[in-house]
Amino acid sequence: MEIYVVLKVIWAVLLGVLLSGLAVMVGMDMGVGTLLRFVGKTDGERRVALNIIGPHWDGNQVWFILGGGAIFAAFPTLYATSFSVFYVVMILLLFSMIIRPVAFEYRSKVDGKKWRGSWDWAFLASGALPMIVYGAAFGNVLEGVGYHYGWTGQYYQDESFLSYLLNPFAVMCGVMSLALSVYQGGTMLMLRGEQPIYGRARGFAIVGSLLAAVIFAVGGVWIAHMNGFAFTAAVDPNMAATPLNGQSVAVQAGAWMNNFHTYPILWVLPALGFLGMLGGSAMVAAGKPVVAWWLGAVAWIGVIFTTGASMFPFLMPSSTNPDQSLTVWNATGSAYNLGWMLVFALVFTPIIITYTSWCYYVMRGKVKVEAVSHDTHSY
Amino acid sequence: MPLIDPNVVDLSRLQFALTALYHFLFVPLTLGMTFILCAMETVYVITGKEIYKEMTHFWGKLFGINFAIGVATGLTMEFEFGTNWSMFSHYVGDVFGTPLAIEGLMAFFMESTFIGLMFFGWDRLSKPAHLAVTYIVALASNLSALWILIANGFMQDPKGASFDPMTMRMQFNSFLDLVFSEDAQAKFVHTSIAGFVTGSLFVMGISAFYLLSNRHKELAARSFRMASIFGIISTLAVVTLGDALGRLDYLVQPTKIAAIEGLWQDSNAHSSAAAAPWLLFAVPNDATQSNSAEIGVPYILDPLIAHSETTVIPGLLTLEQQAGPLILNGIKAINALQAYSLNHDAADLATFQANESDMGYGFLAQRNAPNQDLMQITPANQQAIVQQTEKDIIPNVFVTFWSFRIMMFLGFYFVALFAFAAYFSLTNQLEKHPLLLKLSVWSIPLPILACEFGWITAEAGRQPWSVFGWLPTFQAASSHPVGYMVFSLIGFALLYSTFIAAELFLMFKFARLGPQHHDTTDTADGAAPMFAKPGFADKSWQ
Repeated sequence: MEIYVVLKVIWAVLLGVLLSGLAVMVGMDMGVGTLLRFVGKTDGERRVALNIIGPHWDGNQVWFILGGGAIFAAFPTLYATSFSVFYVVMILLLFSMIIRPVAFEYRSKVDGKKWRGSWDWAFLASGALPMIVYGAAFGNVLEGVGYHYGWTGQYYQDESFLSYLLNPFAVMCGVMSLALSVYQGGTMLMLRGEQPIYGRARGFAIVGSLLAAVIFAVGGVWIAHMNGFAFTAAVDPNMAATPLNGQSVAVQAGAWMNNFHTYPILWVLPALGFLGMLGGSAMVAAGKPVVAWWLGAVAWIGVIFTTGASMFPFLMPSSTNPDQSLTVWNATGSAYNLGWMLVFALVFTPIIITYTSWCYYVMRGKVKVEAVSHDTHSY
Repeated sequence: MPLIDPNVVDLSRLQFALTALYHFLFVPLTLGMTFILCAMETVYVITGKEIYKEMTHFWGKLFGINFAIGVATGLTMEFEFGTNWSMFSHYVGDVFGTPLAIEGLMAFFMESTFIGLMFFGWDRLSKPAHLAVTYIVALASNLSALWILIANGFMQDPKGASFDPMTMRMQFNSFLDLVFSEDAQAKFVHTSIAGFVTGSLFVMGISAFYLLSNRHKELAARSFRMASIFGIISTLAVVTLGDALGRLDYLVQPTKIAAIEGLWQDSNAHSSAAAAPWLLFAVPNDATQSNSAEIGVPYILDPLIAHSETTVIPGLLTLEQQAGPLILNGIKAINALQAYSLNHDAADLATFQANESDMGYGFLAQRNAPNQDLMQITPANQQAIVQQTEKDIIPNVFVTFWSFRIMMFLGFYFVALFAFAAYFSLTNQLEKHPLLLKLSVWSIPLPILACEFGWITAEAGRQPWSVFGWLPTFQAASSHPVGYMVFSLIGFALLYSTFIAAELFLMFKFARLGPQHHDTTDTADGAAPMFAKPGFADKSWQ
C-alpha cells in the first residue's frame, strides 16, 4: 500500500480518537454544567459541583480547540466545508463554548442571588446545547449534507440551516450525546462529591446511560434502513485530495451497513458501545464511580467508532451532489503535511496524557461543601 | 457560477476584525503577566520572603480574570477560519492549519492544563514544583503565540508551500521554510515582547495607584520596581524588533511599507535626490492618491526603511503601474487553470504553469470582470479591468499610515515613561514624583491600544490579500447569506459587550480591594479548604 494511503487511514483513525477524546473530556464538563442546577440545591452544593471540575475544565476544553486545529490541518476541505455548511449551528456552539469559561471564572466572584442564578442558567444552556449540537452533527453527516463545489474548490450551500436543526434523526443523535455527557459528568460528580450530590448524580448517571443505550439501539435499526452512500465505481485511495473529480457515488438504502456485512469483526464496535453504557449503569448502581467513568469513555469510543466504521471511507457525504462527497481519500491534507502532523501527534500525545493524568492525581480526593463555602474565592 | 456577494465579504471581514481585536485585548496581558509572575515567585522561592508570595497571589488573581476571557475568545478565532473563510481554509489549510494544530498539541494543552494547578495547586505542591508549574504556564503561553504567529507569517509572506493544480490549493512542502520564515520569527518576538510591555505597565500602573493612595506600600513599591525594570528592557526590545519588521515588510510587502509611510511617489522623486522625508504627520487621501498637511524629517526615510542611503523605495503609484503586467499574466493563469480543471488538457496546464507565479493577481482581477468571470474579458474591456485592478493592489493608506504612527508614538512614549520610572524607583525618589505615578496609572490601557494598532497595521496593510500575493481577501470568504452574518454579528456584539463589562467590573473591584483583602477571608471554622484560588485560604503565608 502506498504511504499516502496509510497516512490517510491513520489520520481517519486519529480523527476518531480526537472526536472521542473531545466527547469524553468536554462531555464530562458539559454534563456537570447541565446537571449543576439539579445536583446542587444550595449555593454551596453547586459550588462543590463546579470545583470538582474547576482545576480541569480549561485543559479539557483544549480537546475542542485541538479538534478544530487538527481537522483544519489534516482534513482542510472537511474543515472548510463542514464549519461553513453548519454555520448557524456552529455559531450557537461557539457562543456556548465562549460563555462557559467566563461563567466559571466570574460566577462565584460576586455574592448575589441574581448574579449567581443567571450564571447557573448559563451553565445549563452552555452545557446542554453544545452536546446536542455535537450529536446532531453526527446525525446530519450520516444523512448527508447539502453542498457542492465550484471549480476553485469554493463550497456552495444547498440547504437552509433549519434542515439541520429540525431533523428527527439528528435531534435523536443530539439527545443521545447529551445523555452520554450527563452520564460522564454524573460519574465525575460521584467520584469527587459527597452526599447529597453523590446520590443525585448517581440517579442522573443511570438514567443517562440507559437512555443512551436505548437510543443507540433504535439508531442502529434506523441506520440499517435509511439512505446511505456507496461508490458505484472503484476509487483510487491514493488519489489527489480533491472532491472535484474522480468519484461516482450513489445513494442507497441500507448502504451504511455494507462495511459490517463485509467485515463482521466490526460488530465489536457497537458491542463496545453497549458494554460501556449497560456495564456503566451497573457500576454506577454498584457505587463504583471510577470504573463507571472509564466505561463511559468506552461507550463514547464504541459509539463514535461504530459511526465511523459504518461510513468509512465517507466523512461527510453530499446529499445534493453525491459525487463530490468528502471521503478519507479526497479530503485530507497532502502526504507531506500528514507525515509531519503524525510526528507531532506521536511525540506530544503521550506527553499530554502524562501531565493531564498527573494533574488529576495532584487534585484527587473529595471536594467538601464546607471548604468551598467558607472560601469565598474558589469557583 | 454564483457570484461572491461583496456585502458578505465585508461583513465577514468586520466580524473577523472585531473578534480578533477583541481577543487581542486580553492576549498581550496574559503573555506578559506570566513572566512577571514567574519573576515574583522565583524571588519568593529563593529568598523565602512572604511579601513575594503575596505579590504572586495578588497579581495572579488579576491575571486569572484576564485569562478566562482570553481563552474564551480564542476559541472563536480557531473556528472562524472554517465558519467564515471556507475558501481560505480549503486553499491554504494544508499548510496554514498545521501550525494551529501543533499549537494545540504542543502549547495550548500544556498552558491550560497547568493553569489549573497554578491556581488550585498551592496547597498541594511543594514550592519548587509550584514554581515549575508557573514557568510551564509562561513558557506554554508564549509558545502558543509562536505557532499562531508562524501561521500569520504564512499569510504575510507565504513560505513552505506551493500551488498544486490537481487539488486546487497550496500544498505544504517545507516545514523548515514555514517555521523559520523571517516574518514569523520577527513578528513573534515583537508581539510577545509587546505583551511584556503590556504586563509591565499593568503592574506598574496599579502599583502606582496604591503608592498614590498610601496603601500596600511595600508590595506596591516592590512590584513597581520589578515592573519598571522589566518594562524598560522590553520596550527597548520592542522598538528594535519593530524596526526589523519594517525592513522585512520593505523586502516582501512593498505596498504595505509604502502605505505605512504614506509614500505615493518613489522616494527619489522629491526635489533633490535621496531627500525623501520621513513623515511625522500627514493626511493621506486614498481618493486623490496624495497627502496633505505633510510634516516630515528630511533625508531619513531611505536609511530608516532600507538601512541604506542610496536605495530607492518605490511609491504606491509606481507599484500600481508595475502590477499591470502581473495582472495580465494572472488572468491568463486563472483562465488556463479553469480550462485545465474541466478538460485536464496538457496545453492548458503548460499555459498555467508559465504564468503561475502571478495567479493571485488573476484572482484579484476577478471582482472587476463582468459577472466576476475572467472568461468574459475581451480586448475591448481588458484595459479598464486591468486599470481598476491596479488600484486594488494597495491597502487603505490612511488607516495603515495612522495605525502605524499611533503604535510607534506610543512605543517611544513607553520608553520615556519606563526610563523615568525605573530611575526614580531604583533611586527611591518615587514619592517625590506624583505626576509620574499618575501618568503610570492613566497609561495602563495604552500598551493594549498600541498592540491593537500594531495588529491593524500588519493586517490592514496586507490588504487586498488574505495570503499575500496568492489569495485575495475577496475570494477567501464563505458564501453565506447576509442574514447569517447579521445573526452572528449581533450575537458576538451582545456577548462580547457583556463580557467586557463584567471583566472591567471585576478588574476594578479586585484592583481597588487590593491584596490586604485576602487576609480577612479564611476558613472560619479552621477547616483546611480542599483547594483555593491563590492566596485566599492559604494560611502558610499569613
